[in-house]
Amino acid sequence: MKHAYDIVTLARKVTRPTALEYFNYILDDFVELHGDRSFQDDKAVVGGVGLLRGRPVTAVGIQKGHDLEENMERNFGMPHPEGYRKTLRLMKQAEKFNRPVIALVNTSGAFSGVSAEERGQGEAIARNLFEMSGLRTPIISIVIGEGGSGGALALALADRVWMLSNTVYSVLSPEGFASILWKDSSRAKEAAQLMKLTAKDLLELEVIEKIIEEAREEDENYFEITADRIRDSLMEELNILCDMGIDMLLEKRYERFRRIGEFEER
Amino acid sequence: MNLFKKKKYVPVTVRPSSEYAPHVPDGLWVKCIVCGKTVYGKETGEYKICPHCGGCFRLSAGERIEMIFDEGSFQEINANLETKNPLSYPGYEKTIAGLQKKTGLREAVVTGKGEIAGLTVYGAVMDSNFMMASMGSVVGEKMTRLFEKATEEGLPVVAFTASGGARMQEGIISLMQMAKVSAAVNRHHQAGLLYITVITDPTTGGVTASFAMQGDIILAEPKAVIGFAGRRVIEQTMKHQLPKNFQTAELVLENGFIDKIIPRPQLKETLIKLLRIHNAVKGAGA
Repeated sequence: MKHAYDIVTLARKVTRPTALEYFNYILDDFVELHGDRSFQDDKAVVGGVGLLRGRPVTAVGIQKGHDLEENMERNFGMPHPEGYRKTLRLMKQAEKFNRPVIALVNTSGAFSGVSAEERGQGEAIARNLFEMSGLRTPIISIVIGEGGSGGALALALADRVWMLSNTVYSVLSPEGFASILWKDSSRAKEAAQLMKLTAKDLLELEVIEKIIEEAREEDENYFEITADRIRDSLMEELNILCDMGIDMLLEKRYERFRRIGEFEER
Repeated sequence: MNLFKKKKYVPVTVRPSSEYAPHVPDGLWVKCIVCGKTVYGKETGEYKICPHCGGCFRLSAGERIEMIFDEGSFQEINANLETKNPLSYPGYEKTIAGLQKKTGLREAVVTGKGEIAGLTVYGAVMDSNFMMASMGSVVGEKMTRLFEKATEEGLPVVAFTASGGARMQEGIISLMQMAKVSAAVNRHHQAGLLYITVITDPTTGGVTASFAMQGDIILAEPKAVIGFAGRRVIEQTMKHQLPKNFQTAELVLENGFIDKIIPRPQLKETLIKLLRIHNAVKGAGA
């Protein structure tokens, strides 16, 4: 069995397929759409529309790069508030045109910086959570790399949340966890083990519904095999979600998060 | 005008502030966290304000309830919720037990139903003395139940926020509380009900990125720190020191993310005005 931190390392690998690569492969006629109509276009966040084997869908995702240059352009997949506002704009559009939303999550977290604070990082995430909980169309979120903190959750308040097998989803990075709680970021490995951040852990905790098994890393068709599995899962589940009445869907989405919490009444 | 009308008060279940938390002791010297000056406790007055800079000393939940709600009207709900230890984080139970003993609180938020100038509202008061009022399962559950009750009974919610963010010791479960509470806020909103947040020092992280920023009206106390990422985290990223007023209520107001800053002595009367405007019969003046 892999150590939790080995999975953290795999989840962060720069060779991992990006959100745009998956959209372009999985969807036919994918058209990328830009901007939040308010401030500017955040390149760490991508979105657009396309056809999933004939079904119109809206796709949003957080985009990392494969090398330093790409990552500089994509801000290493750390969105600014306008990135979240872009996803919300596209999701509201999806609601209008009655098409489901597919969200691909891959971020170490929302960007921490003066510009992000000035433009309301907290407000942007809060608004996504608020609006997504009532969005009148199905939402499926898939963690395709890192799912870090509120910056990931802002694209993952969904009817179904899935993870690829070598990805992680956590309240913050293991380094951050170790640094805050033990004042020692070098204890990240230990933190990773404790945090229950792997897909397997989260399935057990019922925080996610499904793990999509990735192809073996060394397989030369890794991308195609994995992407095909994602597409198959999406098609199967969207058939179910799109047939469900919208009120029932929203009730179930509410229940999905409502039941999470570990407490007792004394 | 029912503003000064005598009300029949509901029974008190909330404990007096002296049982809740270490508040500013009258006879001792305390340091203002805003200007750094040392102040004699008594000088902070009934509103616990720094006489030098106007900075607000942090209040315990009990002190806040006394300051805002009509005397004896606040009835606590869900007081008996206690957290478990979802990550089996070493020593978590012991930390919680120690804080419970020290603060007299069971968890970082006190929720209940009370009256403000005779107007019934559901209220939540976070207490930074309890693990920096971080949000874990219990805070998430209590906030969710509060919004559900308020929705059911058609009542407004007034929430006084203060928080260091998600409760790290509960890992992903604490992150999920942001989603859970947000969904309950949304239902309250769909029902056409009023939600006022009063942001107090400090409100950061997952609480800023969820219910603190979801109010119809967002008020803040002067000089309160309001932000998403921690100041130190940003300084590390930027590799330089940030200006002193960074993430203060004043700057956040300038950037357009809160409605108004209210000095503590005017807070109750402002809430009364807002509640009364929303309570007024539509078209009454026509």
